[in-house]
Amino acid sequence: MSSSLSLKAEFVKGIWKENPVMASLLGLCPTLAVTNAANNGLAMGLATTFVLLSSSLMISALRNFIPHQVRIAGYIVIIATFVTVADRFLAAYFPSISASLGPYIPLIVVNCLILGRQEAFSSKNGIGRSLLDSLGMGIGFILVLVVLGIIREILGSGSIFGMAVLGDWFTPWMVMILPPGAFLTLGILIALANWYNDPSRSKERRAVS
Amino acid sequence: MSYFLIFFSAAIVNNFVLSYFLGICPFVGVSKRVSSAVSMGMAVTFVMLITAVVTWLIYHLILVPFDIVILQYVSFILVIASLVQLVEMFIRKVSKSLYDTLGIFLPLITTNCAILGLALFSVLRDYSFMESVVFGLGAGAGFTLALVIMAGIREELELAPVPKYFQGAAITMIVAGGLALAFMGFAGMI
Repeated sequence: MSSSLSLKAEFVKGIWKENPVMASLLGLCPTLAVTNAANNGLAMGLATTFVLLSSSLMISALRNFIPHQVRIAGYIVIIATFVTVADRFLAAYFPSISASLGPYIPLIVVNCLILGRQEAFSSKNGIGRSLLDSLGMGIGFILVLVVLGIIREILGSGSIFGMAVLGDWFTPWMVMILPPGAFLTLGILIALANWYNDPSRSKERRAVS
Repeated sequence: MSYFLIFFSAAIVNNFVLSYFLGICPFVGVSKRVSSAVSMGMAVTFVMLITAVVTWLIYHLILVPFDIVILQYVSFILVIASLVQLVEMFIRKVSKSLYDTLGIFLPLITTNCAILGLALFSVLRDYSFMESVVFGLGAGAGFTLALVIMAGIREELELAPVPKYFQGAAITMIVAGGLALAFMGFAGMI
């Protein structure tokens, strides 16, 4: 049970072992849709983490007041409120990012990662633990989005975070910044993670972890 | 824009699953059998149609006149959640056999991003009432199409010698990538 975990473990588990995207396949829509450039991935990850943190704070604080039967509806309203906040904030201060992410910012409302954490964790744990859990999950999510964004941006447009790194000799692989590239890259990343996590691959690794 | 163009664009060219990445969760989760993929597709199309009608009415008759567009996400998601509940009760009352086919998939639809995405895209593109209804139908048809094709491939895939580390989610993603590549062939048509 989660209460036996130390606070540090609560935080760390989201980054790799229970990574929302790689291990549980949650939040795939934004993962695939906005990672055609590292910048977009980072912005999406930060926005999602903000919503995750604020709604975890709210829901773990209110967990004894929300009636059990209507809890999902309650969670969704709280999440949608914070998504509106994030959406308005981005539109006001980062209009270009807001424009390139388009309807995927409001779609954070139905990101199963957020609702999943509320249902599985924040509704059962105190504020501190819920915040740590959300922070870990959020960082895990940001990492996957940024890695995916970097790979696709290098191969698809020869740049990282908008700066050209590959010279003129490189012909960009257009397909990487188009939808198929998202599926292919994520598929290969998941396979790599499977290989890395395979306990039979090397006995030393198992002894360490 | 003509209705046919909207329908065709939503169903094939800008397929919700394969080019907007909406509804990936059920796409990965419920695409193991063709029969359940068809049921899921029908349920989603049905809810999409109703959502298109209701969210259009709410947006243009309530949110815009009272100048509370900022509440659109909260109101849309609440409406979708209660609609799904309503549809589930309605189907259970009216047709037991349909309920048995669609039943288990209905609650899943609330958190299907394709539904909310549909409502958001209709607002974003400023569709008229009829246009958003056609858009809903097209998006539903496209979702069903992608889901059924995927399920067909995955049924065959069970017999294929997939490399060990690619089994499960990884090969599903690769197959989806191939499908998306195939659907990109339609891109020049509009």
